[in-house]
Amino acid sequence: MRNKKLNKSRTTTFDFIVIAVFTLLALITLYPFWNVLILSVSNTVSVAKHTPYLLPYIVDLTGYKTVLQDIYFIKSLGISLFVTIAGVMINMFLSVTGAYVLSKRQLIGRKVFMTMILFTMLFNGGLVPTYMIIKDLGLINSIWSMILPTAISTYYLIIMKNYFLNLPAGLIEAARLDGAGEWTILWKVAIPISKPFIATFALFYSVERWNEWYNALLYINKKDLAPLQIYLRDILVNLSGQLSAQAQQMLSATEKVSTSAVQMATIIITAVPIICVYPFLQKYFVNGVMVGGLKE
Amino acid sequence: MKKRTKKVDCVRLWKRIKNDRMLYLLLAPVLAWYLVFCYLPVAGGISLSLRNFRYDMGIWESPFVGLEHFRKMLSDREFMQAAKNTIIISLGRIGFQMPCAILTALFLNEIRSAKLKRTFQTVITFPHFISWVVLAGILSNLFGSSGIINQILDVLGIANVSPITSASSFRPFIWISNIWKEVGWDSIIYLAAITSIDPGLYEAAEVDGAGRLKRIWHITLPGIKSTIAIMLILAVGQIMTNGSFDQIFNLYSAPVYKVGDTLDTYIFRESFITGGLNYGYSTAIGMFKSIIGVIMITVSNKVVTALGENGLY
Repeated sequence: MRNKKLNKSRTTTFDFIVIAVFTLLALITLYPFWNVLILSVSNTVSVAKHTPYLLPYIVDLTGYKTVLQDIYFIKSLGISLFVTIAGVMINMFLSVTGAYVLSKRQLIGRKVFMTMILFTMLFNGGLVPTYMIIKDLGLINSIWSMILPTAISTYYLIIMKNYFLNLPAGLIEAARLDGAGEWTILWKVAIPISKPFIATFALFYSVERWNEWYNALLYINKKDLAPLQIYLRDILVNLSGQLSAQAQQMLSATEKVSTSAVQMATIIITAVPIICVYPFLQKYFVNGVMVGGLKE
Repeated sequence: MKKRTKKVDCVRLWKRIKNDRMLYLLLAPVLAWYLVFCYLPVAGGISLSLRNFRYDMGIWESPFVGLEHFRKMLSDREFMQAAKNTIIISLGRIGFQMPCAILTALFLNEIRSAKLKRTFQTVITFPHFISWVVLAGILSNLFGSSGIINQILDVLGIANVSPITSASSFRPFIWISNIWKEVGWDSIIYLAAITSIDPGLYEAAEVDGAGRLKRIWHITLPGIKSTIAIMLILAVGQIMTNGSFDQIFNLYSAPVYKVGDTLDTYIFRESFITGGLNYGYSTAIGMFKSIIGVIMITVSNKVVTALGENGLY
């Protein structure tokens, strides 16, 4: 079928130019990441001889070993994992139930609730008042300060609401006639038939939670509670001040390790989980799942 | 008689609410979250922007100063500069990034092989999912004084100045690096709009002998006009924030404050780092930003609907 289409009109200069331009763009997109990767496996000696541009001259994993030995790295990894897992669970619970309820047209007060929710996209209290409220709630230097302030993304909530709006009404009506309550319908009908859709949003949320740094910057000032992104920020700004004594010893024992190799290794480690879930993510956004948000 | 129907209505209403009590119960945590984490700060923001903050009295009870802070903004040079920078950076996003995203969508759509199209889209969208903390690390490494870009410039004999720390090139650097990160993601919305264009139009145009570029210009582009209009309204509404905090905060430094400091970074720095400003004042700036946002989105929506496009509401 595809061959037939291709044969219909032959490849023209136009096609060639378009593909050439996109190939160039793709290379520009990927090169910075590649550059980081080859620097992360280099060391001072090899970089002094010739800086690697396209291929690494050696593969020295000391940078990675240094980071992985750092106790603060291990701690921040644990924090990030917790924030991501607990955060996504809360995100999904609130978004799914909220979106499902708000998709019920018969609900009295639905318009008021929607207006109230949409208003927050335009108007917010600002940095200091939010900080004060978080402080009054006793969340400063609490792991929950990285989870609760972002427990709902209004944008995702609206997209999900629009999705539930288009669920086959017959199926839900049938369940209701069987005597199922809303809670049962949500769990036994709405969620099971929306699994791929819900999984997509769990992924989107988990990328956001993994990338979390802003709330941590504001509300966390204990090194023990810093998530990976903050650990990386500190490593990029001040490497030797950040590493634990043990990791520093390792760094000074092997003089060959360049600070940049350690920094680049940390960047790669921080980005790896995203790279791992990306194939699953792209499957959905390419199909335009995210688009529902602009309709209605 | 009238009274009676009203009573009946009331009873019916109550019955409906009672019937849906499970739904309200499910919605309660969501509404509670919005009240605590969105509306409480908004109320606090309104209160604090009219007060001189004192630690012992808090955001609700500090001494009331009325519109004093808003008056002060007009004579605050740093604020004016930050507001100007914010608008310039936003205009650059609307002027460069939006067209880039539209062009990307238009030409991705022209790639005939579905597999190739998808591959390109996947690759150029990837940086969207990486945080600015990581990307700032990557870009500083590339464009820093010992980075590869400067080494190449060195070989070519061009004076090497890192765009990250030079005032003359910081804004273009912010625009271009954001295009690099977001162009794939931004183009998705236009690509989706393109798929809903009637394919018959293209066939008709082909019969009429219209070339590829002509078809893009006369069919595809008009077909996504309403999507462009909506994205434009949203972008104009964000002119005072433009979501650039993460990017600028992770990339800027003292030498580029003059051109790169935005309202968001100014508020942050003055509130938490230099601490030279009082909280009431920085909160007033935040309020000002939100109010301008609401005005801008209303006005641009009016303009767009007056021009005959579908607006936001």
